[in-house]
Amino acid sequence: MRFIIRRLIQMVGVVFVLSLLLFFWLRSLPGGVVSAILGERATPATRAALTEAFGLDQPVYVQYLKFLQRAARGEFGASTAVLPGRDAFEIFLTRLPATIELSIVAMTIAIVFAIPLGYLAARRKGSAFDNGTIVLSLIGVAVPVFFLAFLLKYWFAIDTPLFPVSGRQDSALGCTRVTNFFVLDGLLTRELDCSTDALRHLVLPSVALATIPFAVIFRITRASVLDVLDEDYVRTAESKGLTLNVVRGRHVMRNALLPVITTIGLQTGGLLAGAVLTETVFNFGGLGSTLYQAFSGRDYAVLQVLILAAAAIYVVVNLLVDISYAVIDPRVRTR
Amino acid sequence: MTPSKPLNPMDRRKQRIDDLAATSAGTGGRGTASVSVLVDDAGTIDEAPGVSLIASAWRRLRRDPVFLIGAAITIAFILLAIISPWIAPHDPAAGLLLDKVRPQSNPIPGPEPGFPLGGDDKGRDVLSRLLVGSRQTLIVGVLATLIGLFGGLVLGILAGAFGGGIDAFVMRVVDVLLSIPSLLLALSIAALARQPSQWTVIIAIAVVQIPVFARLLRGSMLAQRSSDHVLAARALGVKRSAIIFRHMVPNSLGPVVVQTTLVLATSIIDAAALSFLGLGNPDDDAPEWGQMLGRAQQYIQDNAHLAVYPALCIILVALGFTLMGESLRESLDPKSRR
Repeated sequence: MRFIIRRLIQMVGVVFVLSLLLFFWLRSLPGGVVSAILGERATPATRAALTEAFGLDQPVYVQYLKFLQRAARGEFGASTAVLPGRDAFEIFLTRLPATIELSIVAMTIAIVFAIPLGYLAARRKGSAFDNGTIVLSLIGVAVPVFFLAFLLKYWFAIDTPLFPVSGRQDSALGCTRVTNFFVLDGLLTRELDCSTDALRHLVLPSVALATIPFAVIFRITRASVLDVLDEDYVRTAESKGLTLNVVRGRHVMRNALLPVITTIGLQTGGLLAGAVLTETVFNFGGLGSTLYQAFSGRDYAVLQVLILAAAAIYVVVNLLVDISYAVIDPRVRTR
Repeated sequence: MTPSKPLNPMDRRKQRIDDLAATSAGTGGRGTASVSVLVDDAGTIDEAPGVSLIASAWRRLRRDPVFLIGAAITIAFILLAIISPWIAPHDPAAGLLLDKVRPQSNPIPGPEPGFPLGGDDKGRDVLSRLLVGSRQTLIVGVLATLIGLFGGLVLGILAGAFGGGIDAFVMRVVDVLLSIPSLLLALSIAALARQPSQWTVIIAIAVVQIPVFARLLRGSMLAQRSSDHVLAARALGVKRSAIIFRHMVPNSLGPVVVQTTLVLATSIIDAAALSFLGLGNPDDDAPEWGQMLGRAQQYIQDNAHLAVYPALCIILVALGFTLMGESLRESLDPKSRR
């Protein structure tokens, strides 16, 4: 418990320093909000009026304090480019479910394939299967994510239309929105065709997003299982006649999973970066494509929310990883 | 990567970097080599002379097909980058097929005699651009890696050599940088530039690597601060700067070399991603693969080949660097030394 509290304090510290960096970074961006809204040909008078309206004429530290105050209340101001006039935090909230859905499916795909394959590769170290899967995972890292996304789209949506080309759901279905998690919405309102359609839209983007986590988790699983297989207690367990399943489950996997969980946490935190690329390719309408729009439109308000959120998600995921350690490894609990 | 000590409740990404640092901390060339000489002098185990980690690593690498393939790809790539201007059939910047480009009916001229891969949207020979593009690609990858490496070395040496307050301060900065997913950080930095150019791409990718290198180096330098050869040097009255630069840094370079090879691959891929997101170099007279791939996306529906060629080049080269890095890592890991 004490260690969770300490982690929480640390977390607040990192997010705070980040908000400071972020604030000054945004101020130093070229162009700036005013030019972004008015364009290059604005008259000095309208520029001054808008500068004042945004509070940009005040000293920087006053701006920062105000920024903090508003940030704590979730007020980051109105979007200027993504959806002009709409509240930035609101945009973040409505687009968050899309990315969460995408991330869950992508991580599930990555984990479901990576851990068993990693285990098998370690068991048959040096075999053709082992080498083949390693090469496959290395190629997975070497292929640019957005190119893979394009290939998938080209092969499975345009060439052979197995899956939809882009978006999250077919608007012709007229689905009811409850939570903005489209798959869940369909289940809640008993519109099962809505859920299936949303799932079909998820397949290609999540496969593209899953490649890098898959490759990384696979390699960590393999390395970690190899380490554990060498341990004396595994040999002991085997030689005292325990069944293979017990040795695998209780002795090998349980110990090998610790570094794997770390990696899963890290990869989950980093998914948003990959989501920028995949969501843009599939026009998915989550945080990733929003971030891209915010960057190209120099939308300060939305950028602030998104970058702070990305870091916060990353730190929270790390905290969850630490807590899950305590669940798996009794040695941590005693500390 | 031992599964046994998950207690340090710090960022997990750091743990990974530190683990890599630990794999060869204090066991680089010099330390071990001198130990084996001592053993030889004593004349106790003459039949099995000690072998330094680097020598044994090299002995295994020489026969490792993974390393050989990776090295072959890398060498071929570097050679190509050097000689490409002489073997390219045409000028990569000249719109030789421009009269064949029709924005509506035929935006991308197809292959024809003398132009085996056809032209691009500005009528330039794709084959020549691919060949010459290896040069800019290599420059982007190497410069981004070197700048990142240099920044990381400075911060890592500061932190690892002095410890205490400097260490704590440097590491807090590094932690914050590590808490942002790397591509987001690169995007943010690239977006800072008024005018995107080759340099903004290089710097954006380089800055992202600094915290990783810094942690890596600090980890293995801290591990050495209390090791015997540093203690011996200090006892002999060697100057502090000499201890740092002639004893600690060289022995910390193993994991740094591994990481450098891997970063060469990711920086080429990241350059392509930045290009794709519209933050790449807008001036494409000097072709670069990532930029070619990024630009080709708008024609991918009907002219996928324009994207496929540079993508294949990138994948091959990235694979080459990665294979080399991975086999280096394995061979430098004392655990796999049997």
